[in-house]
Amino acid sequence: MSGWQNHLIIAPILIPLVAGALLLFFDERERVLKAMISVVSCLALAAVAFSLFRSAATDGFDGVYLLGNWPAPFGIVLVVDRLSALMLVLASILAIPTLVYALARWHTAGAHFHSLFQFLLMGLNGAFLTGDLFNLFVFFEVMLAASYGLLMHGSGSMRVKAGLHYIAVNLAAALCFLIGVSAIYGSAGTLNMADLALRIGEIEGERRMLLEAGAGILGVVFLIKAGMWPLNFWLPGAYSAATAPVAGIFAIMSKVGIYVILRLSLLVFGQGASAGLGLNVLLYGGMATIAFGTIGVLASQALGRLASYSVLVSSGTLLAVLGLNNGVVTAGALFYMVSSTLTIAAFFLLIELVERGQDAGASVLAVTMEAYGDADEEEEEVEVGVTMPGTIAVLGICFAACGILLSGLPPLSGFVAKFAMLTGMIGTNVAGEGPIPASVWWIVGLLILSGLAALISMTRAGIRTFWASMEGTVPRVLVMEMAPVMLLIALTLALTIQAGPAMRYMEKTVQTLQQPAAYIDAVINARRAGVTEAGGPDGGGGI
Amino acid sequence: MEFVLSLGIGIMTGSGVWLILRPRTYQVIIGLSLLSYAVNLFIFGVGGVKSNAAPLLEDGVPISTMTDPVPHALVLTAIVIGFATTALFLVVLLAARGLTGTDHVDGREQPK
Repeated sequence: MSGWQNHLIIAPILIPLVAGALLLFFDERERVLKAMISVVSCLALAAVAFSLFRSAATDGFDGVYLLGNWPAPFGIVLVVDRLSALMLVLASILAIPTLVYALARWHTAGAHFHSLFQFLLMGLNGAFLTGDLFNLFVFFEVMLAASYGLLMHGSGSMRVKAGLHYIAVNLAAALCFLIGVSAIYGSAGTLNMADLALRIGEIEGERRMLLEAGAGILGVVFLIKAGMWPLNFWLPGAYSAATAPVAGIFAIMSKVGIYVILRLSLLVFGQGASAGLGLNVLLYGGMATIAFGTIGVLASQALGRLASYSVLVSSGTLLAVLGLNNGVVTAGALFYMVSSTLTIAAFFLLIELVERGQDAGASVLAVTMEAYGDADEEEEEVEVGVTMPGTIAVLGICFAACGILLSGLPPLSGFVAKFAMLTGMIGTNVAGEGPIPASVWWIVGLLILSGLAALISMTRAGIRTFWASMEGTVPRVLVMEMAPVMLLIALTLALTIQAGPAMRYMEKTVQTLQQPAAYIDAVINARRAGVTEAGGPDGGGGI
Repeated sequence: MEFVLSLGIGIMTGSGVWLILRPRTYQVIIGLSLLSYAVNLFIFGVGGVKSNAAPLLEDGVPISTMTDPVPHALVLTAIVIGFATTALFLVVLLAARGLTGTDHVDGREQPK
């Protein structure tokens, strides 16, 4: 990989940055122009992500980009491997439907929606690409700063209140992030992840204690982001208060924490003296999160809260399964991550359309429901596009599909994902010896129970929404709003049909993660542009 | 000097943690500011506390007289980001005060 192709690696950060900055120059009244810029940026992002994904899927790919052409441990690097390419594709795939959905009406509900959306994408992509802990902090902050604005998009006291809690929690988390990063720097003397993985074997005594403490504090930050119990009380309020397209794109934000945990635990703490640091926390914390999320799913009456607790169930499942540290199961977990992100995004988009159809009586009833936050949506927007025919039928089918996906029933990808994880845990081809440990049985039980709870809740909500509301008027739903939901559900269908190739990709991904030597080697020995030999005399005072 | 520095960081962190657990939004933002000062000093401290040393490597001068430049760069970034996000929080705080009519973090006073 050389020449202009190598520069593609930085494109997922630059495209949204330039687009977001460009959007600031135009007045809010130029809606069409702003929408065009935003859509073009998202399409370009998807093209780049797919191109990187294709390159990463080939063997012997070395996707390291040295920013400013500085050699690796000293400068900042961006790294594309199978995992980060997968996350890039997932983020860009999610961005297009949510953006199109927002274009129907939500983007006019407040200022600078498109800029914030682009900056959020920039932060996400940067967090997936960076190979450096401090840069991870910077991209986290870019992502969070944009998310603060997006969460409060559309205003209203409900959103501002949720935003206040969300910002306070995340500012405290950012400070913990800095403490963790600086403790790691103080003990290891490096912030480059690959260099850290190399040096971790040499650190002994008190410095190792400091390093592990730093890593632990850092882990807490990512667990707050991922929503592990008891660090997740902010999440249901924030996600259910957000407008539909924002909640849709937030579905991937909780997966950023999981991505970083997966990356660091296998790269830095995969082997050596600190191997398996914190795995038990992931395992038991994840199980507690599934239990908490399941109870929440059963208890929630408003659909928005149901979806938010589903985010927690999904995070808890991923964390518990990652805590097992078993390659086959982790591959299943990656598949589950893709499937559940698409599902939850589709569900968040769908909820707003479904609730639009509820009549006045239903909303009076809903006042008694806990934290029903749609009171400020009365203002009529000028409708654009064509109204959807057969609305209730389409909404009902999409709702049923979401229910099937969330509960992990066949035939959609939710089932394939859960099946892949369960086979890895208790199936016939389990590698290893002796009986299956009790913790695995607990996870299996919780997984199945959480699926059952999702099914019960979705059925109850579906009956209440579609069958019980006889006098309810048919919601006015636009094709432009329905198409993104259908696209996301179609993607899960495609994922089901292509489950074989997808699972092979995930298995290969986990294999490369479990052998970090290639990653470390690629980063440390990355050749600088215009230099024939690494560290040669023409390097201009590099090393 | 290490003792004074760590005492300062400790006192600021303690006060900050106490303040962010208080029910008024203004207390929370002051708490967050104190915490960020403490964290900035902590970052400064991890490079090793040295007085009268420049972060420059010179020929012939022993390395013990040099201070680590990386924490300086980190702390600069942390200050900028912390400042920006605190300012943003301040705006949200004012918006919440205007919309809910109270400065309680939950948007309503607790029942007496």
